[in-house]
Parts: sequence; structure tokens; C-alpha cells
Amino acid sequence: MLLKKVKIRLSILLTLSAISVFLIFLVFKVLEDNVLYFYSPSEIKNTNDIDLNKKIRVGGMVKKGSIQSNETEIKFVVTDLSNEIIVSYSGTVPALFAEGKGVVAEGKLRDKKFFIAKRILAKHDENYMPPELRGNSNKDAK
Amino acid sequence: MIKFLNPSYVFKLSGKLLNLFKAFLLPIVVVGLIFSLFLSPEDYIQGDTVRIMYIHVPSAWISLLSFAAISFFCILNFLFKLKNVTLIYKSLAPIGLTFNIIAIVTGSIWGQPTWGTWWAWDARLTSMLVLMFFYITFIFSYKFINNPDRSIKACTLISVLGLINLIIIKYSVEWWSTLHQPSSISLTRETTVHFSMLIPLGLMLFALIMYVAVIFLMKYRIETIRIKRKGIRKL
Repeated sequence: MLLKKVKIRLSILLTLSAISVFLIFLVFKVLEDNVLYFYSPSEIKNTNDIDLNKKIRVGGMVKKGSIQSNETEIKFVVTDLSNEIIVSYSGTVPALFAEGKGVVAEGKLRDKKFFIAKRILAKHDENYMPPELRGNSNKDAK
Repeated sequence: MIKFLNPSYVFKLSGKLLNLFKAFLLPIVVVGLIFSLFLSPEDYIQGDTVRIMYIHVPSAWISLLSFAAISFFCILNFLFKLKNVTLIYKSLAPIGLTFNIIAIVTGSIWGQPTWGTWWAWDARLTSMLVLMFFYITFIFSYKFINNPDRSIKACTLISVLGLINLIIIKYSVEWWSTLHQPSSISLTRETTVHFSMLIPLGLMLFALIMYVAVIFLMKYRIETIRIKRKGIRKL
């Protein structure tokens, strides 16, 4: 029992919404890769046309026991549990950078297996807990 | 329904509610702050930085909810020409904008020690910034467009686009790879925040909602008085 005017306005509104959803969908379709903040090692492995001069970001988990550091550089392995990539970096790392934790490295690829980072960001996961629970929760998480 | 929408009736009722919320506000803020600053534990990896979450997360939720609310009322006004609801979204929009900015700023302060950067152009952060621009254009479109009909049309357009953006904000961390972590609290999945940290989070959410209610009612009453002085016909 809607008035005719209301019906007209409702149809305008629905048309408007449909058009907006469609346009926004198109925008994201065009942007596609740019919406991703980082690539996983698997995505890099599966891409054929990789521009080695383009600045990109690689993200994943720092593989346990993979961090090697000397005076000038730090090397570690970023993994998404199916593929891996070696990251080399010289500079200071964020406080939360640690083995088994998320990381995003910004820089350039030398080849598909080796990444030279200019900047390291630590990625925090969605878990929040007091220190005394750390031991048992890590077992649950991984 | 008619009685409920009558401005003088709403004015009286809002006065009573305002006093009730005012009485709640201070105690709940004090208790919330004591819990979030002193009684809750440090995080196992972030340390004290986790305390920023107790203001960041409720602010972000409030900014999303209030945009959903102003869009709802704006569309209601567009469809049924219920002029009384303009007061609701005019009073709510600046509050939502404020909390949006609080969420962005506190997130940035948290990001620096945690991620190692103040800002990242990932999907979550960018869509929150876009929400801020939606709030600003929404406020502008009722403040600077004097013709009420046009103003409602502009507000409706922004509401529709903004509602789509809200969905993008919500799912940004699941659809795309982002620096921002996925939601810790969800209706469908298990909460990944420890109970001792959920208490201050819940208290602060309640405190901020009380604060929003108080500011909203004050603003609503002021807008009502302003219209009454102009004469009800101009409403």
C-alpha cells in the first residue's frame, strides 16, 4: 500500500543503488592488483610477467629458524606455508618483527625466489592475549 | 507513531533520557578507563600498545554504525518525506565524523610502534579514509545546499554510496591482502581477544555509546529549539 510517489522514489533509489554497485564493482575490477597491499610468495610464483624494476610488497610469515643476520644485512624466509621467498634487508626492523609472525616487505624482486627489501613492516595478527597464555595459545594457532 | 514523531513530545522525552545518560556517563567512563589503563594485562607481543585498541575499536564501530544510521534516516526521508528525521541525521553526522577521525588517528598511533609505519594504503585504511570524506560531503550537502529537496537528494546519493563503502570496509580485510589484521570479534567465528581484554573493550564501548547518546541528544535539542524559533513551518 505505497503511494505512487513513494513507489517512484523507491524505484529511483533501487536503480541508483544498482548502478552504484555496478560502477564500484567496475572500479575494483580495474584496480584489481592495486587493491592488494602485498603479494604472497605463491602469487609471485604463479605470475608470469614480473617487472623486476617495479616496487612491490611481499607478505607472509617469517619462517621459523630462518633469520640470519650480520652487521650489514638481515636475511629471512617469507612463507605462506606452500611457497617461500628469501628476503634480504639492511636496516632496522620493527619491534614486532619475529620468527613465526607476519611480515610485509617492501622493495624489488631480484628473481622469483629472492627479494631485496627497502622497508620491513610487521603484520600483527588478530590475536590478543596476556603474556602468560603465550605458550599454549601458540600451539592452538599453528 | 504520529505522537512519537511530534517534535514537542520528542523534546520532552529527550530531556528525560539526557539526564539518565548523563548520570551513567561519568561512572562508566571512570570504570572503563581504570580497567583499560590499569587492570587489564599487557599483550604478549604488543605490550602496553594494546591499550590503544580499547579506544580505537569502539570508535571505529561507532563511526560505522552512525553512518549506517544516518543513511537509513536519510533514505527514509527521501522515500517518505519525513521531515522530522532530518534532525536525527543532522545531529548524528558530526558525531560519526568525530569518531571516524578518532579511529583513524588512534590507529595511526598504534600502527607506528606495531607495524613500523603511521599509514599504509591498504584496503581497510583507505576505505576508512573514504568514509571520512563521505561524512564530510554528507555534512556539506545539508549545510550548504539551502534547497531542502536538493539537499535530501544529495544526502541520499552519498548515503547509497556510503553504505556500499561500509560493506567494503567490513570485508576489506577478508577480500584482499591488507596490513590491517582481520576482525578479532565476529558473530560467526570465535573471538580471538582474551577475556581479560574483552572487559575493558566492552566497558569502553559502553562508555563511548553513552557519550554519543549524550552529545546526540544535546545536539538534537539544540536543533529543535533552533527550528522552533524560526517557526515550525520552515522545518
